[in-house]
Amino acid sequence: MNEIVREDAVVGDGAKARLDLIDCDIHPYPRTRAELYQFLPKEWREHVETYGARGSQPFLGLMHIPRVQQARLDSKPETGPAGSDLKLMQEQLLDFYDIKYGILQPFGPGGAGNLLNWGLANAVCAAVNDWQIACWLEPEPRLRGSVLLPQEDWEASVKLIGRHAGDKRFAQITLHARSAEPLGKRRYWPIYEAAERLGLPVAIHSSGYGQYAPSGAGWMSFYIEEHHSYAHTMQTAIISMVMEGVFERFPSLKLVAVEGGFAWVPPLAWRLDKVWLRNRTETPHVKRPPSEYMRSNVWYATQPVEEPETPSQISDVIEWIGPDRLLFATDYPHWDMDDPRYAFKYPLDKEIRARIFSANAKELYGFA
Amino acid sequence: MRKLEKHVVARVEEVVPGQPLVRQVKGRQVGIFNLHGEYFALLNRCPHQSAELCRGRITHLVRAKRAGAFEVSRQGEFIKCPWHGWEFDIRTGQSWCDPNSINVRQFGVTVERGETLVKGPYVAETFPVSVEDSYIVLEM
Repeated sequence: MNEIVREDAVVGDGAKARLDLIDCDIHPYPRTRAELYQFLPKEWREHVETYGARGSQPFLGLMHIPRVQQARLDSKPETGPAGSDLKLMQEQLLDFYDIKYGILQPFGPGGAGNLLNWGLANAVCAAVNDWQIACWLEPEPRLRGSVLLPQEDWEASVKLIGRHAGDKRFAQITLHARSAEPLGKRRYWPIYEAAERLGLPVAIHSSGYGQYAPSGAGWMSFYIEEHHSYAHTMQTAIISMVMEGVFERFPSLKLVAVEGGFAWVPPLAWRLDKVWLRNRTETPHVKRPPSEYMRSNVWYATQPVEEPETPSQISDVIEWIGPDRLLFATDYPHWDMDDPRYAFKYPLDKEIRARIFSANAKELYGFA
Repeated sequence: MRKLEKHVVARVEEVVPGQPLVRQVKGRQVGIFNLHGEYFALLNRCPHQSAELCRGRITHLVRAKRAGAFEVSRQGEFIKCPWHGWEFDIRTGQSWCDPNSINVRQFGVTVERGETLVKGPYVAETFPVSVEDSYIVLEM
């Protein structure tokens, strides 16, 4: 009476997706603080031990979302948190689903890029990037990194991007959605300039960390409410980048919205177009309807795939966004990860499947 | 419908409360549960995305008439999937949130004395049965 799962799909049978699968959202974690400390200069280690890593979190001394850290219960290795053991990640994710390329999305302590002390944010982001190379990208060539940035400090960010320029082990740079100002503001433009010049996509990742509360009305009571902020903080970033004219100024910039889902994309585009048409003179630097920039410059990682009451309606959503804009992602090892076999509750057209699970990411990131 | 076979799967002492015992029966993994001396068996596979259900947490039912006023009941009678956290009633295999469309396959379970079992007809090739003990017998 298992209603949803096919009878022949048995756990652990090594059921492979056979799609040249590319996973655009994998979270690696350091096994211990010491593992990351190897890459942090001594003066900053002492700073952290003495003054702490100050972030703008109201919950001192703990990650405020244990639900996220607790992850898939079966993904916790014998020592260290979920996502800290390459062997287990290979076993449960890369080998199990036969993943061809997987893109890492590191957070770093306190969100790293969101730490209030910019000097520390820079040192920690640099350490996280070096740690990715040593502990993940070197030992496992299927993995690709994301350059983490002290995003509020554009000068330091541009320097860090330069440090890894041309290093094919990194697929992109990554920013957190809950930034100090909406991400289209000019203070962030040097980052986009560097990314466009180097042909590096810019990922924006939803985050449990940020400079402010996750909603315009402050802190919500429940995790379920905050989980939805992954969609609306992403919308804030995209709206800002479109309306500030980022894509007019950097027409080749590639933006990837990660871990926000995607069913909200069509209504956002419709709504922006409608308001823009009637108020075009407020932002004459925005030459085309907002939806066009969303079609030409933005990609969306699928997880968490929305589940409409009528499952077939997901095909309409995909059609409205454009099947060439979606990138499959698991979000391993987080609790809300998507299994490529079951994430879509409706059988997708074969060609569309191939696009979403592999071809789009291959083209976007230039993977072989 | 095919006739159900009876399988001797464990000695009763092996299944302790709060800890499902996973056994392979006819190629399927089944979790056997002890709820205060009553026994139940569920397929070790979450109907949502196929996670191994028995690696999840055994838990209770929590309800509230208003926010924050937790009422806890049915201690130890639910299992929560280790991946996405779907809660299933161990007694019925039904999902608590979506009982009409999602449930885990359940198997009938009885406790039999060894002396009756040795007479058969039971499938117990891999399981030595002794007259003195009690056994959990599963129908599949």
